[in-house]
Order: sequence, then C-alpha cells, then structure tokens
Amino acid sequence: MEYSGNITATPPHQFKEKNLWQRFWSRSNEKVGYLFILPAFTHLLIFLLIPLIFSLYLSFTNWRGPNPQNALFIGLENYQFLLGDRRFWDAMRNTAYYTLLYVPGSMIVSLLIALVMNQKLKGIYLFRTLFFMPVISSWVAVSIIWITLLDPQVGILNYVLQELGLPSVNWLGDPSTAMIAIVIIAIWKSVGFQMVIWLAGLQGIPVELHEAAQIDGANRRQSFFRITLPLLAPTTFFLAITGVIGSFQVFSPIYVITGGGPRGSTDVVVYHIYTRAFEAYDMGYAASQAWVLFAVIFAATLIQVWYRRHQGEGSLF
Amino acid sequence: MNSRKDTPLQIITKILGYLVLILVALTMVIPFIWMVTTSLKQPNSAFAYPPQLLPTEIDFRNYEMLFTLVPFGRYFINTLIVTALTVVGQLIITSLAAYGFARLHFIGRDTLFVIFLATMMVPYQVTLIPLFLIVFGLGWINTYTGLIVPAISSVFGIFLLRQAFMGVPRDYQEAARIDGASEFRIYWRIFLPLNGPALATLAVFAFMGTWTDLLWPLLIARTPEMRTLELGLAYFNSSTSAFRQTNWPLMMAASVIVMLPVLLVYIFAQRYFVRGISLSGVKG
Repeated sequence: MEYSGNITATPPHQFKEKNLWQRFWSRSNEKVGYLFILPAFTHLLIFLLIPLIFSLYLSFTNWRGPNPQNALFIGLENYQFLLGDRRFWDAMRNTAYYTLLYVPGSMIVSLLIALVMNQKLKGIYLFRTLFFMPVISSWVAVSIIWITLLDPQVGILNYVLQELGLPSVNWLGDPSTAMIAIVIIAIWKSVGFQMVIWLAGLQGIPVELHEAAQIDGANRRQSFFRITLPLLAPTTFFLAITGVIGSFQVFSPIYVITGGGPRGSTDVVVYHIYTRAFEAYDMGYAASQAWVLFAVIFAATLIQVWYRRHQGEGSLF
Repeated sequence: MNSRKDTPLQIITKILGYLVLILVALTMVIPFIWMVTTSLKQPNSAFAYPPQLLPTEIDFRNYEMLFTLVPFGRYFINTLIVTALTVVGQLIITSLAAYGFARLHFIGRDTLFVIFLATMMVPYQVTLIPLFLIVFGLGWINTYTGLIVPAISSVFGIFLLRQAFMGVPRDYQEAARIDGASEFRIYWRIFLPLNGPALATLAVFAFMGTWTDLLWPLLIARTPEMRTLELGLAYFNSSTSAFRQTNWPLMMAASVIVMLPVLLVYIFAQRYFVRGISLSGVKG
C-alpha cells in the first residue's frame, strides 16, 4: 500500500527543486484543490476579510447612516473622543462587572455539579439532558420566561424568597440588582455547557492518582485541592478565557430584558455599540468602539494561545 | 464496578449526590414547565398569587390567537427557509473546502488554512457594521438573500470537517484515483458518505445557531413579513408591543413555538451535539 500512492498522485516533496510556476503546472492534478476551497474563500473574502478592513477604515471616518454621503476621513478623532466618552467607559465598566460576577460564578456552580456527576451515579444521562435544555434554548424565549419569573409582584422567585422569610427584590427595576439578575439568568443558561467541559476534564484524571493519595492518608479535601484542581488547570483556563470572551460579547438578554436600563446599569459594551451604530446611526464612531472591544478580546485570545503553546497541546492555532 | 457492597458512608454520599442533582434539575426545568403551563392559562389567571406552576385549566386558545393576531405562521416559514438554506449551504461549502484542505496538495494550502483559522479570533461585532453596509449596498436588506448568504459558510465547520476527513484512510482515495475517479467524485461518493456523523454534528450546530439568531435578523428584516421567529418573539416583548405587560400566556405560547423545534432536534441529535461540544472544547 506504500507504493499505490505514487502511481497517479505524487507527493509534493518531490518537486522541491522546481520553482513555483513549474510546481503549479506540474503533473499533479491536485490544483483542483483551489476549486474546492474557492466558494469558502470567496465567502470569507466578501463577508469577513473585506468587512474587517472596511471596519478599520470606518473607524477613521465620521460615517453616519447606511449611505456613504458626506463620510469624511477624520483620522484618529473617533478614538480621541472615545477616550473621554463617559458613556462608553460606563458600558465597559458594566461589562467588567458582569464578567467578574458571571465567570467565577458560573465556573464554580458548574464545577460543583460536575463533581457530583462524576460520582458514577445512575441516570447521569437524564440529568445531563435536563441540564442542557437551557444551553440549547433561544436567548429570547429564555429572557421572556425569566422576565415573568422575576416579576416583582407575582414572580416565582420573589414568592420563594418570601416563603423563606426573605425580603422580595425588584430585580429588574432596581439599578443595583438588574445586572445581578442578568448574571443569574446567564449562569442558569450556561452551567450545563460548562459542566460537560468540566466532566471531560475530570474523566481525564487517572483514578490511580486518587487511590494512591487515599493510601497515603489524604482526605477528600486534600485530594481535591492537591490533585483534582491542579490537574484541571487546562480546563479551568479554557473556561475562564472563553467565559471572559463570551462576557464581553453578551447582547441578546440585555436587548430583550433590560434594554440597557434601568438608568444605564446594564448597558454593556456590545449593546452600547449596537445602539450607537443602528439606532443613532453613528457608524464610524461605533466602529472605533468595536475595535477597542476587539483589542480586549484579542488580548484574552492571545493569552489563551500562549497558554496552549505553553502546554504543548494540539490546538486550533 | 460495584461488585462489592457499598458502605453506609458511600450510600449517604450517593443519596446526597442525587439530592443535589434533583435540586439542580428542578432549577433547570421549572422555568420551562412554567412556560408551558402559563401558555395554557387565560390572561387573568397567569397573574395569580401565589404563582400556579400547574394549570387549573387547559386552554389552547392562546396558540390559535398566535396565528391569527400575529403572523406567527409567516415567522415560522421564514425561519424554516432561512435555517434550511443556511444549513445546506454550510454543509456544501464547508465540506468542499474541508476536502481541499485535508486531502489535496496545492501551493499555498497551509497558508490559506492558517488565514481561515486566524479569522476565528475576530469577534463578529468588529465586522458587523461593515457587513451590514455591504449587504445594504448589495440591496439585500429585507430579503432572504440578506438573511442567508452572509451565514452560508463557517470556519468552525471547515475545521471540524477537515479533522474528520483527515481520518479517512489514504487507500480509499488512492484506489478511487486508480479507478479513474475525479477528485469531486471521490469527495462526493467516498468522503461525504463516510463522514455522516461529522456532517450531522455540523448540521445540528448550524441549525441551532441559525434558528436562535437574533442580532442579524434584527438588522436585516425591516418589515413584519420578513421576521424570523426569534425576532418576532423579541418584538412581541418590545416596549411598543401591547402584550408585554398584559398577556403572559400569549407570550409563553409564542416561546413554546420558538423553542419546540430546537428541543426536538436536541433530543433526537443529542450525541452529535455533545460530540461537537467536546470538539470545540478543551482539546481543540
């Protein structure tokens, strides 16, 4: 079978001495590969690469509305204005607040569930299916359900709080709790996903390690903090970074549930950019905001790439 | 693994474990039960206090109203058209590219592949505004074309299928070539049939993503006739809607209609979905 390949298709390394042009027109018929990737490449070019460059150009103009009339190149003016734009930095701060609550919150809750799931109990598949229902559900439908659950007068959540003897909360109407409510919904929606990732990480830890630790007299707590947690580091890192990236992109629940309110307390950065670009039609300026967001997300992505290289794992990049 | 009997401590741990899981399961499921039962109530009883999780009445009139008061049937058909064409488009375009990248040698292939992968780092918000302007310039606002074409390829899909195609033994390809099959024929008759599970995984992901997309339809659909379900539901709840505060049962019925197809696909295609999660997950 080693030889069969050389009859019609010649491996490329045999052409090394020829120049690019000769290689291109050489006997190998695999140039047809260009045709195979042509549709995908054309699509990438028109709907991603060109928009990317266009977006950078936009951020240096005062482009307003969908038509390019009167769009002037204004250099760095958008970025200068952005530095002093309080509303933008408020949105950034709100996003950071969301991230600080959501990322550790969702990771801890999902890890706890995964640890229980990892106990080799029966019926795990049923539970996994149920925990995954919010993950696959549409954000709009989920948001609408939660609006009714969080209703200050007749909502189930406040009913439960009152039954427990706790004061009821005006979740979405109070600027100090609205973001917390959004985070609770987001955690509820995503723990199933994170739990599956944790579970995969947990199942990758050899049982022998825990058995050996037990023989050496380690208790469960020691075994968790000294063995499980360190060995889960790649999973922890993955979930933390993707959690941060996802947090900076949150849009749908804000759009449906709060519209950035009350009093701007849930105006997160993507929602802010959306209103700037598509409600105020201030597209040039909104593009410059998007590039600042890109810088934040890119930094997080680079940390992840660096970490994966560091770990020597096979990875996307 | 339990050939020996559990000790009392292990039994207690197990019971505690089940209690935790049941509690979490209730938290996950109660909002959905609330959605379904509320959708069967009459407007007044939806506001009963204490809240009634189980309905005292069963009334399908809300579902009827959805299709008479609001063009929900139209939303459904729009979503079906957009989702179906997007999924089919993604399957064709990404599998072609995946075959090129996985099994054909041509100059610049690896460089091109790196360019594709690098674009996955770009968050969609950065390209959203120019993408809208391009679609506007093409005259695709408020059209199916505008809803579908920007989404008919996916770098994630190319990556996923390339991984799968690389696992097909070389001999199959070589043997077919000796028999005189063209590369397209090899792709069509050997690689696609052999990679059903990977294609199904991609299809499930594309379906879920398109069916529940909000932002793009929000920008493209300008008239009610072009709205998708997700967008129609969002407008239903918007501040200008007459139902937002007053008619929970109707809104819940709408939510059920939006969610049902996704839940059905999930239940029947669960293994492909979990496979996709683990592919996109830690081990990349």
